[in-house]
Amino acid sequence: MLKDYLTISEITGPLMFVEGVEGVKYDELVEIETPTGEIRRGKVLEIASDKALLQVFEGTSGIDVSTSRVRFLGKGIELPVSLDITGRIFDGFGDPIDGGPKIVPEDRIDIGGNPINPYSRNYPLDFIQTGISAIDGMNPLIRGQKLPLFSGAGLPHADIGAQIARQAKLIREEGEFAVIFAAMGITFEEANYFISDFRRTGAIEKAVLFMNLADDPVIERIATPRIALTAAEYLAFEHDMHILVIMTDMTNYCEALREISAARKEIPGRRGYPGYMYTDLATIYERAGRIKGKKGSITQIPILSMPEDDITHPIPDLTGYITEGQIFLSRELHRKGIYPPIDVLPSLSRLKDKGIGEGKTRDDHAGVLNQLYAAYARGKEVRELAIILGEAALTDVDKNFLDFAETFERKFVSQGKNEDRSIGKTLDIGWELMSALPEAELKRVRPEHIEKYMRKAYSK
Amino acid sequence: MGKIIKVSGPVVIAEGLSNARMYDVVKVGEKELLGEIIELRKNKATIQVYEETSGMGPGEPVLPTGQPLSVELAPGLMGAIYDGIQRPLNVISSIAGDYMTRGISADAVDRKKEWNFQPKLNRGARVTQGDILGVVKETELVEHRVMIPVGLEGEIIDIYEGPAKVEDVIAKIKTKDGPKEVTMLQRWPVRIPRPSKEKLHPEIPMITGQRVLDTFFPIAKGGTACVPGPFGSGKTVVQHQLSKWSDTDIIVFIGCGERGNEMAEVLLEFPELKDPRSGLPLMDRTILVANTSNMPFAAREASVYTGITLAEYYRDMGYNVSLMADSTSRWAEALREISGRLEEMPGEEGYPAYLSSRTAMFYERAGRVITLGSEKREGSLTVIGAVSPPGGDFSEPVTQATLRITKVFWALDAPLAYKRHFPAIHWLLSYSLYLDDVENWWRSNVGDDWRSRRDAAMELLQKESELEEIVRLVGVESLSSKDRLLLETTKSIREDFLYQNAYHEIDTYSSAKKQYALLKLILNFHGLAMKALDDGIQLKNILALPIRGDIVKARFVPEDEFKIAFGKIEDGMKVQFTKLGD
Repeated sequence: MLKDYLTISEITGPLMFVEGVEGVKYDELVEIETPTGEIRRGKVLEIASDKALLQVFEGTSGIDVSTSRVRFLGKGIELPVSLDITGRIFDGFGDPIDGGPKIVPEDRIDIGGNPINPYSRNYPLDFIQTGISAIDGMNPLIRGQKLPLFSGAGLPHADIGAQIARQAKLIREEGEFAVIFAAMGITFEEANYFISDFRRTGAIEKAVLFMNLADDPVIERIATPRIALTAAEYLAFEHDMHILVIMTDMTNYCEALREISAARKEIPGRRGYPGYMYTDLATIYERAGRIKGKKGSITQIPILSMPEDDITHPIPDLTGYITEGQIFLSRELHRKGIYPPIDVLPSLSRLKDKGIGEGKTRDDHAGVLNQLYAAYARGKEVRELAIILGEAALTDVDKNFLDFAETFERKFVSQGKNEDRSIGKTLDIGWELMSALPEAELKRVRPEHIEKYMRKAYSK
Repeated sequence: MGKIIKVSGPVVIAEGLSNARMYDVVKVGEKELLGEIIELRKNKATIQVYEETSGMGPGEPVLPTGQPLSVELAPGLMGAIYDGIQRPLNVISSIAGDYMTRGISADAVDRKKEWNFQPKLNRGARVTQGDILGVVKETELVEHRVMIPVGLEGEIIDIYEGPAKVEDVIAKIKTKDGPKEVTMLQRWPVRIPRPSKEKLHPEIPMITGQRVLDTFFPIAKGGTACVPGPFGSGKTVVQHQLSKWSDTDIIVFIGCGERGNEMAEVLLEFPELKDPRSGLPLMDRTILVANTSNMPFAAREASVYTGITLAEYYRDMGYNVSLMADSTSRWAEALREISGRLEEMPGEEGYPAYLSSRTAMFYERAGRVITLGSEKREGSLTVIGAVSPPGGDFSEPVTQATLRITKVFWALDAPLAYKRHFPAIHWLLSYSLYLDDVENWWRSNVGDDWRSRRDAAMELLQKESELEEIVRLVGVESLSSKDRLLLETTKSIREDFLYQNAYHEIDTYSSAKKQYALLKLILNFHGLAMKALDDGIQLKNILALPIRGDIVKARFVPEDEFKIAFGKIEDGMKVQFTKLGD
């Protein structure tokens, strides 16, 4: 029999103190019954003698000190899981909101998740085709990787996220692929866009959605990514599925973290974010990966909007230190009308080297990637030079590169929102663009590849 | 036995621990999680717990062990993969599965394995601390030297030979306090540096095979270096290269708050890697300490001490040891987190006021030493610490505290990495304070004029940055031929010397001699070209010389062929310049 406590002594923001408790454990799940009979959930943040500090996920409004009841459940937060969760929509706490039946759990899993033993990890090696050239060709996503989208207010990260969710597939190997979508503090419109897009394309059948919207309790956001990843781990490592987890928007998550930290009166780190934000984010991002002897995998695409497009802001900065690269969206390209506005130069996929090439994508992939990168970098340099000196002052070769940068953006990076390019197609476009450059400048591709892929198709 | 009264994350407060001393290890709660006492106040002890404390509450027991946090030192360390408190991850995965579940303990070194102990001393010999009692072949590459424990002195009354387990008695020593038994298994508290007889000045370079490091910014054996890297600047590759190629006997690699996948790469890749000198697996002389970012941060704080104590132990045997810690910023963050939970008064950016003294104490454990023991044995411990400055801002406290103590700075630079120049170590921002110290070595082992050539190349690079300003303003056309030649030469230094492809089988490593010869090629061409310009030859004719193509390819010439090949290039260079003059 669980004991009800009527001893709430203090409520501040999302936190409250309960006194005179017995046998309470750190990190335990708590139920709070408001005077109206509503049940809220929380967890124990700190326990000192008989005084427990609670964090209330669904907000403290309506809770009073005299008549609200507190029950300690003796366990952590658990997510009921079964294979039936695919195709369903849940709130940020894992309760169904799509009007469908309750989940009959096959298992209940603590959402905290234990760290994977580094020794048991398997290195990510297999290419995931997203159908987006700027990602597949230049910064390929590898199964088991965590590759964030660094975006900003007003940029089409939602479209890109939805497009990846729709199009992502393995090309060499059969395997069940599913998408888990975790929304944290996004608006109803954005959420609706994802849901209707998933419904329209039938992607919903193979997706699990966890929705915490902008008007949902802020503190619930702390739990949402963990709940989504617990579902992901269940499907990936118990049922051999390949899971792509899309989490948007991590900035809202971090703000919720800051809110709790401020309520606890902790010493703030940079820009008021708590000093432990790195560790906290790591416990989310590090749940991506592969495990030796298991077929499934978890790949993460966290989406975050950089305040003021500032990549040195603590959120993108700490994220970048944990994730294996980043896909960088550029406001400049967006203004030029290029979709997706992915700036390939500051973007990076750290795991690409082992996931591309013969037997993975195509033998010329690494060469094309490096050549396009170098040529575009040079083209952009020339573009800056041209602004200062004027185009007339450029050499012929420089002009070549200037044109290349332009066509690279227009033809390679730019594509339709529903255009699903195969990796072969992406690389062929790359060759087509390179064929406009003097062959002597193509130093990063192998001569036999020039012969094989360029000379035949695009001989000048 | 004590009792828990408060739990706040990994910080637990207990009361009733009589006789508890600072930094004693305790077993906390019913799960008996390991923890360390970090504060004592009357009868209350604050404990830092090395594992997740979920589900722990007041009233649970706390058991003192009476021991400070220590590591086990014995044959069997080589090739091991430990977490931050020396639990073997491979053993843990076989008993607990793929996840790090709590409260698991496993012996750091195998108790059952038999080693063939070969005594080096006889009965009746007088011994003192640090003397080598005997040896064990730990791996194909490492001879484990079993030493008389620190503080022990006397006469051998019995010594064993043949197969022995680490806990078996291999010798008995008569001391003034009576006879003492010695086993191969010894312990050492991680927060206390292992003693040595004398510290020496570091003056032998640690050759890493990386041209930008060895030739331009050398580190001495026993020295300290700091590698700051904003993310995406290729820091990890540099560290892997150092582990693979450094000419030290033993490598200790601490993955402190690292990415799991990257650690997995190290764990999967290292056993495959061959030691370049012996062709044997690199793991035979490597110890890995892996505490990824999502593992408990209290253990992350301990991991650097665990690693450096293991490193010191092999140094004491007379080895050259290199230790890499990636990243010490994560260690500092763990320190900050613990300090915050203790409600200490914060210093800069929330870091505790003792950040810089702790950092200094850690790096000060590096050095070239005469070890304990009656023979004059020399060992060294080189420490290379990576820092991860937030936002690439070097003014932050961890980078600053590290720079104050380390002697070498390898400035990894994100813009260079964006340009795909690897290793992305910026030649104008980096420095080494060991240049004067290692000069003698280069002089007598490689080339007399190493220093002057290195300085000449640096000067050209410095000049280049000045000229680039001008070029940006008025274009390259306005420069004199000599300046344009200089830009061509520095381009060659950058692309044919400083740039090094870690994934190319030959380019990945350059011996000191090859580095010297390669730089000489580039500088000699520059010299001849300058002279040719003086003789009125047009720059475009010089730049059209086919020999330039050979210089570009020079770095891909295998080690055993470069002498002849470079000789041919030198000759060809002279011939082609002479032809130009005709």
